Amino acid sequence: MEIILDVTDLHIEFHDHDQPEVAVEDFDLMLGRGEIVGIVGESGSGKSMSALAIAGLLNRKSLTKSGRIMFNGTDLLTCDRNILRSYQGDEISIIFQEPMTSLNPVKRIGWQVEESLFIHHPEISKAVRKEMAIKTLYSVGLSDAEKVYRMYPHELSGGMRQRVMIAAAMIGNPKILIADEPTTALDVTVQAQIVELLKKLNRERKTSIIFISHDLSLVSQLCERVIVMQKGNIVESGKTKKVFKRPGNIYTKRLIAAIPKIELR
Amino acid sequence: MSNPGKAFKRNIRENPYLLAGMIITALILLMILVGIFWTPYDPTQMNSAEKLQGISLRHIMGTDNMGRDVFSRVMYGSRITLLIAIGTVAIGTIVGTAIGAVTGYFGGMMDEILMRIIDALFAFPSILLALVIVSVFGTGWIQLLVALGIAFVPSYARIVRGEFLRCRNMDYVENARLQGVSDLRMIFVHILPNIKGVLASSILIGFNNAVLAEAGLSYLGVGSQPPYASLGKMLSDAQQYMFTTPSYVLCPGIVIVLMVLGFAFLGEGISRWK
Repeated sequence: MEIILDVTDLHIEFHDHDQPEVAVEDFDLMLGRGEIVGIVGESGSGKSMSALAIAGLLNRKSLTKSGRIMFNGTDLLTCDRNILRSYQGDEISIIFQEPMTSLNPVKRIGWQVEESLFIHHPEISKAVRKEMAIKTLYSVGLSDAEKVYRMYPHELSGGMRQRVMIAAAMIGNPKILIADEPTTALDVTVQAQIVELLKKLNRERKTSIIFISHDLSLVSQLCERVIVMQKGNIVESGKTKKVFKRPGNIYTKRLIAAIPKIELR
Repeated sequence: MSNPGKAFKRNIRENPYLLAGMIITALILLMILVGIFWTPYDPTQMNSAEKLQGISLRHIMGTDNMGRDVFSRVMYGSRITLLIAIGTVAIGTIVGTAIGAVTGYFGGMMDEILMRIIDALFAFPSILLALVIVSVFGTGWIQLLVALGIAFVPSYARIVRGEFLRCRNMDYVENARLQGVSDLRMIFVHILPNIKGVLASSILIGFNNAVLAEAGLSYLGVGSQPPYASLGKMLSDAQQYMFTTPSYVLCPGIVIVLMVLGFAFLGEGISRWK
């Protein structure tokens, strides 16, 4: 399998207080083309931090990063900001947890979906852009794409907004899609729909997905490989089936034991 | 919701501030517009036979101490007052928004330096600041406009900076940053439209302050020069005749009040826009 992202020895440290705080330690990740990798762990385990670092979103001054994040032959940790920016939204996209606030309230949906095209491919004409946006909106399951295109965020439900976010992330056909708890703010049926949608996009477009979640049942449905994190460290990684069947680490065991099961009494 | 005409009608119906503001402002604007082309008398024409007359059919706002028609002078003077107010607010808004946006968005050292300068400017009473500028560059309504404009920069810079501080960590801004949006585009295309409501009402409030500040400064005699007069200048000229001819001081005063009231209602109406 072709490796498109290779993270080695990622180390993130905060210097907000007197004592430096380690957020992520020795994080390694190899992502193949068309692969879905899940990162699970409790709040504060460093899973979002690692993802944000990959997306190039960590550039606060009170923070040190070391290691390597190789993508397309460039190290995203040390490369020039302009190179990073040319990847963001085009080759590497991210969707967030909060669909309710991730859309600009005063801009129409179509405009927001088109934005990354406008930035990265200014040569595309307005008409073509609109056509692509409507097509993408349609492909994420918004059947009334023409109408949604002209709507404002407040006119959409949470699930629809998350679909719009996915459409905005997918319009440039990125190589990597980072989904940072994309289903947490949604109700269960919508969660399942979004997971199905991600699966479909992965299958059709060969987009690699890094799926971050604390919901293990969703991860087991979606991901081939899983990485378990605790307190900034990877405690276990491997094929999802294997990890779920025979967890090698006590923390993983506890996480799996915490999955609610429906028991008929 | 999608039909702007309908939304406008509904707002007019449910929002008395908007209606009142629009009527008063329209009246003032009408008076100023007519005044450009026609005034009942020449505003500088003196007539020693009709000094200090009260309200009559011949002079609907009476005459001043030199026999000039007050209504004609008010029509002319409110034009100057309005021009100064527009210019002041324009300078304050444009410069203030630019400073506020840059400092609020980027933060850091530049924010600290610029905001301390703004604080220092803010610590001066705006009238004193304007007086200093006018005394350096001379009197006249252009100087007054620039002086007031500079005095108005800090408040806009503060408002816009506050809004940018609020918006820059919003999820949608973060999200746009992830799409590779440049800083300039982020400031003007993504964030600025989100604060236009706050900006619009502060522009209208600023308008009032500008009208009042202009009146105040003209009252101190640094604004427009004789024989023409802005509303504030007319007030200061009229004060010694306050008891003999009350109409002379009351009429320009009422026009100032109406102007301020109209814009205040308009601002209130817009901020309550549904």
